[in-house]
Parts: sequence; structure tokens; C-alpha cells
Amino acid sequence: MSDDPRTRTGGGAPAKTADRSGWPLWEVFVRPRRGLAHHHVGSLHAPDAELALRNARDLYTRRQEGVSIWVVPAAAITASSPDEKDAFFAPAADKVYRHPTFYEVPEGAAHL
Amino acid sequence: MKTTVDHLLALGDDALIAAQRLGEWVAAAPELEEDVALANIALDQLGAARLLLTYAGELEGAGRDEDALAYLRDDREFRNCLLVELPNGDFAVTMAKLLFLAAYQLTLYTALSGCADERLAAIASKARKEVAYHLDHARLWTVRLGDGTAESHRRMQAAVDEIWPYTHELFLPDPTAPVDPAGLRAEFLAIVEPVLAEATLERPADDWAPEGGRRGLHTEHLSYLLAEMQVLHRAHPGARW
Repeated sequence: MSDDPRTRTGGGAPAKTADRSGWPLWEVFVRPRRGLAHHHVGSLHAPDAELALRNARDLYTRRQEGVSIWVVPAAAITASSPDEKDAFFAPAADKVYRHPTFYEVPEGAAHL
Repeated sequence: MKTTVDHLLALGDDALIAAQRLGEWVAAAPELEEDVALANIALDQLGAARLLLTYAGELEGAGRDEDALAYLRDDREFRNCLLVELPNGDFAVTMAKLLFLAAYQLTLYTALSGCADERLAAIASKARKEVAYHLDHARLWTVRLGDGTAESHRRMQAAVDEIWPYTHELFLPDPTAPVDPAGLRAEFLAIVEPVLAEATLERPADDWAPEGGRRGLHTEHLSYLLAEMQVLHRAHPGARW
């Protein structure tokens, strides 16, 4: 046994943040049982991915069967900057050639 | 084998007293998320206790419902194992207790979910899913603490050493039960030994094996626990809540 705390494998614990607990922040995405996509539902602190997943299950899904949960270390997420919003999200509504409106949707193509 | 009232009380009381102890952690856990997890586990145990005690009351046929059984029996009438009534101690002791209780409940409920008593089988298969999660939670923490720092390792080993003797009572023979717990210890060991090994902990030797809980002979801890749990019900007998 050594004195230094060892981070356990099993989810690649991110570097410690200097928050109140020493437990890093995780963002939680949940796909409801009949849902098509994962939605961001909130965040939590956990020492590693394994426990983040279990904590997310307790906090955000109430253990419904058949939901899918993603947890991501908050540090791994890069967000667009609010200052660049105009340049980033300028609508291209005037450029019709950028919109795929000239195609027939084939039969059986779901979720478009 | 027919289900007996005593057997249902043993299962129900295990869950009830475990829930009471876990409830003491609320707002005192090391982390907010762990607070939620322990409360969740306590709620699951309480849910199982309600189903089992309700069934016990009906089988007894003396008009006692779940509340009468929980609040109006004294310690000599409780059938829970000694393990669940032991104090919480530090976080490692709580996790050692939860690991052994959940491993025992998982093997027992799994066996019971196939028993001839349909009502007991249904309760067992519902509770089985929940205790699988409790076991998983305790396993993660046992490994984390055991294989964590020198201090957490020391505490986790001390906790396992302290609680281990009380696991023997869980597997005392009960030939009248639908599933005799005596046959389940090997399965229990198959669950907990690999966890202890992964957590770099020594498996304690089997020597001292305190028992008595199943016969209503408890440690000195239970009557204090019951005094707190039952105080309001005893102060206002017959009240509706």
C-alpha cells in the first residue's frame, strides 16, 4: 500500500478540479425509454465515470428500466463562445442551395 | 415447505432495520450524491419490508398490519439478524454491512423467486432487482476504499473484520423455510470473496459466530433503535397518520 491516492481505471477519471469537494463535475445526458436522442438533463459530482453513472441513475432516471445514460466529464466539453454567436450561427436562409429541399424523401427513411 | 410467519418476519425485519440504519446517514454522508444513493437504498429496503410485513400480518391472521408489526413489537419479538442492527460506524463499516447484507439478500431472494409460494416469489423477484443494485454500490465502495489510500484501506479492513462474524447467522439452518439459508453460504462467499480480493482486503477467518437475532435475542443496540423508531406510535396509540 502506498500513501498516494491512486485513481482507479474504469472510466478515465478526469483531472481533479479545485471545487469544494475535490470530485470533478460530470454532465449527464439521458435518453428516455421511448426517446430517440439523449438530452442533457443536468450535472453532478462524482469521483469517476462508474459512480457518475450510478449517481446519474439515482438523480435523473429514478431507475426506470430501459433508459440510456451518458456521462461526460465537464472538462471534456468544448462550448461555443456566446460572443461569437452571430458569426457562428448566422442563418443561411437566403442561400437556398444550402438546404436539401430538392430531394424526395425515400419511403422508410425514419427520423429525418 | 410452507411459508411461516416467523420466516416472513425475519426477511421483513432485516429490511426494516437496515432501512432505519441507512436512514440515519441522510444529510451526513461524505458527498451529496452518496446521500441520495444511501437514501435510495434505504427506500428500497423499506419497500421490501412493507410487502413482507404486510404478508406476515395477513398470514398470522391476528389483525396486525405492517405498522402494528413495525411499531408495536418490542426487541424480543423482532426476528432480524444481528448484522443489520449494528451501529453505522464510519463509512467503511456501513459499506461492509451493506455488502454482506446485499450479497445475502441477493442469493436468498433469487432462490425464493422460484419458490412455490407465489406471493413470496413475487416479492422476492421484485426485491431481487433492487438488492442487485445495492450489492453493486457496496462493491464499488469496498473496492475504492480497500484499494484507495493507506488510511481508507486500514478502515475498510477493520470494518470487514468487525462485521464478518455476523455473517454466519445469516446462514443458520432453517429446515421449515421455503429455502433453507444453510445451503446459500457457498453462493454468498462466491460473491463477496472476489470483491474482498479486488479490494486488496484479507478475508477474515471463520471463528466467532454470534447469533440470536432470529430468536429475538438481540444486541444491546436494537432496543435503542426501536425506542427512536417507535416513540411517536407508542405515544399516540391507535392514531391514524
